Amino acid sequence: MATALSTSLSSGVKKEKSRTVAAKVFRNPLGWIGALIIVVFAFIALFAPLIAPVPDEIKSYGTTLTIPNRMIQVSFSPLPVIPDAKHILGVSADGYDIFFGLVWGARSAFLVSITVVAISLIIGLIIGILSGYFGGWADNVLMRFTDIIFAFPALVLLIVLVVVFKGGIMTIVFAFAAIGWGSYARVLRGEILKVKRLEYVDAARSLGANDFRIIMKHVLPNSLTTLLVLVSLDIGTTVVTFAGLSFIGIGAPAGFPDWGQLINLAKPWLTELNEQGQLKYWFTWVYPGIAILLYSLSWNMLGDAIRDATDPRSK
Amino acid sequence: MCLRDLTEYRLNKEGMVLTFIARRLLGLPLVMFGVSLLVFGVTQFLSPELRATAFIRSEKQINQIPTIIKEYGLDKDIFTQYWIWLKNILQGQLGWSSSSGRTVGDAISIYLPATVELALIAIIPIVLFGVIFGVIAGINRNKWPDQVGRIFSIVTYSLPTFLVGITLLAFFYGQLHLFEPGRLNTLVSLDAGLTTVDGYLLFPLIFKGQWFVVLDLLKHLVLPVITLTVVSSGGLMRVVRSSVIDQLEQDYVRTAKSKGLEQRTITYKHVFRNALIPVITLVGTLFFGLLNGAIITETVFNYPGIGSFAARAALQLDIPAVLGFALFAALVIAVSNLIVDLLYGVVDPRIRYD
Repeated sequence: MATALSTSLSSGVKKEKSRTVAAKVFRNPLGWIGALIIVVFAFIALFAPLIAPVPDEIKSYGTTLTIPNRMIQVSFSPLPVIPDAKHILGVSADGYDIFFGLVWGARSAFLVSITVVAISLIIGLIIGILSGYFGGWADNVLMRFTDIIFAFPALVLLIVLVVVFKGGIMTIVFAFAAIGWGSYARVLRGEILKVKRLEYVDAARSLGANDFRIIMKHVLPNSLTTLLVLVSLDIGTTVVTFAGLSFIGIGAPAGFPDWGQLINLAKPWLTELNEQGQLKYWFTWVYPGIAILLYSLSWNMLGDAIRDATDPRSK
Repeated sequence: MCLRDLTEYRLNKEGMVLTFIARRLLGLPLVMFGVSLLVFGVTQFLSPELRATAFIRSEKQINQIPTIIKEYGLDKDIFTQYWIWLKNILQGQLGWSSSSGRTVGDAISIYLPATVELALIAIIPIVLFGVIFGVIAGINRNKWPDQVGRIFSIVTYSLPTFLVGITLLAFFYGQLHLFEPGRLNTLVSLDAGLTTVDGYLLFPLIFKGQWFVVLDLLKHLVLPVITLTVVSSGGLMRVVRSSVIDQLEQDYVRTAKSKGLEQRTITYKHVFRNALIPVITLVGTLFFGLLNGAIITETVFNYPGIGSFAARAALQLDIPAVLGFALFAALVIAVSNLIVDLLYGVVDPRIRYD
């Protein structure tokens, strides 16, 4: 009876708290503008088949994560083509339709970054909990392992994994996750070490709560906002880094709808001028560039707003 | 405290400092041991034949692969293999880099100087920019300079390095014909009688007084340095800002104020000194950023440094070069972290040595 009452009370308080956090996030211009841009991208990603229908000849290339493996290819010419009525954002080098690439690129940005962060988060949660809750030699080994991963610049380690394991989008997704779980594990471990010493955990244990219940009920909710901030920032960074790999030429496979790939295709034509002495092929990199910037900016803004709402010190 | 106590205290303190230094120095080989295990672990996913290609220099040697596998023990058990691999690495034998036509060790030593020059020049505007605007934001907390700074740092944090780079390149080189890519104009280098654009150029040439060439080198550094400054200074700015705010809230500031000291004096004489301590750590972590950033920045501007070498190697699946670069990058970071740790102990007397 008493426990039931206290549980319902504490869940009420928690709901109240999370509601005020959400209200704070959306009252902050950073928060609502960020969220709005994310919603627009999500809309584009969700309705990609309607906005940029996939023609039959592309379907034969198959799909990865529901994304067609090939952009609409108009020609095999290395020269980009200036936007016209049929290709409203122009055609990139190798004849890919930029509008099609941008629309489906939104879906690949979402699916790649969310898959990466989801896998990193799950691995990070498991390892963080094992490390923090049980401590001892397991903790020591696992944390030294994260030290080793953090000893490399992320991009360098990614390049190593991508070059050695080769393969397509999924290899890169796993490479990202293999590197990305460390920060989640550390946050969770730190939180658990902190919570372990608090009195209410002792109280919960003396009431007969088992370890699993304590972690689910007391540790995770407490670290939720920190993890949310990390997730939000990570989703933005993942897309930027992924585009960086594509820019070097080891990211998305040739022809896959990906913003970074479009910029990679634009590289040879960056400085080409027209008769009036203006940049001739600016559309080949400005549009995908804006897409990447807005996507990562929106997630960073949201992450920043969440941090502001939950961390009184940052105000 | 009598004199004897004092000397004892000093000796104790010195002992503590020495233990601190010794522990940090020991940490370096430990981290590098872990790093070597990871990189070696990755190579184990490659077939012995593929690992053997690290030791051949041309396709003609392909039929020697079985001999190489024997010679380097690539078919032995994992412990023997690691031992042989480690011995080679420690002697600087990182294998043959097919993408640059040199041994990996040679390639690193040839391409590194250009990157060192880029990083040394870039760190100046990054630190100046980050510190000045961070301090302004911290002092004007929640007023408009702080808000502007905040938006600036979020935007630059979100900006992909390559996007900054290609935008600058398209505009300043394509449109305005200023600042060409590369490290040195071909005509200028011929004029100066340089046979190669590798190795250290900037500092020896300043020393020799060849100002014409120095000017050309600096001109080529403008766009890469702006790129690195744009993407790296935002983070530093935020750290300096919160550090200044932290210090302004300290008790000693209140004491100084109640003693009648002017806010300006307090800020410039006391707060700054303490607030800038974390900057030292950040300058260390900036090396991460610069090594990461150098890969992309040097590729954009066709700058012949170690970063564009790594990117080229990755594109051509030159595995020995990629692995060698990774080991080298980890070593650079471990050493710079060590230096930062030690410096931190010197600068901040509150640091505890135990």
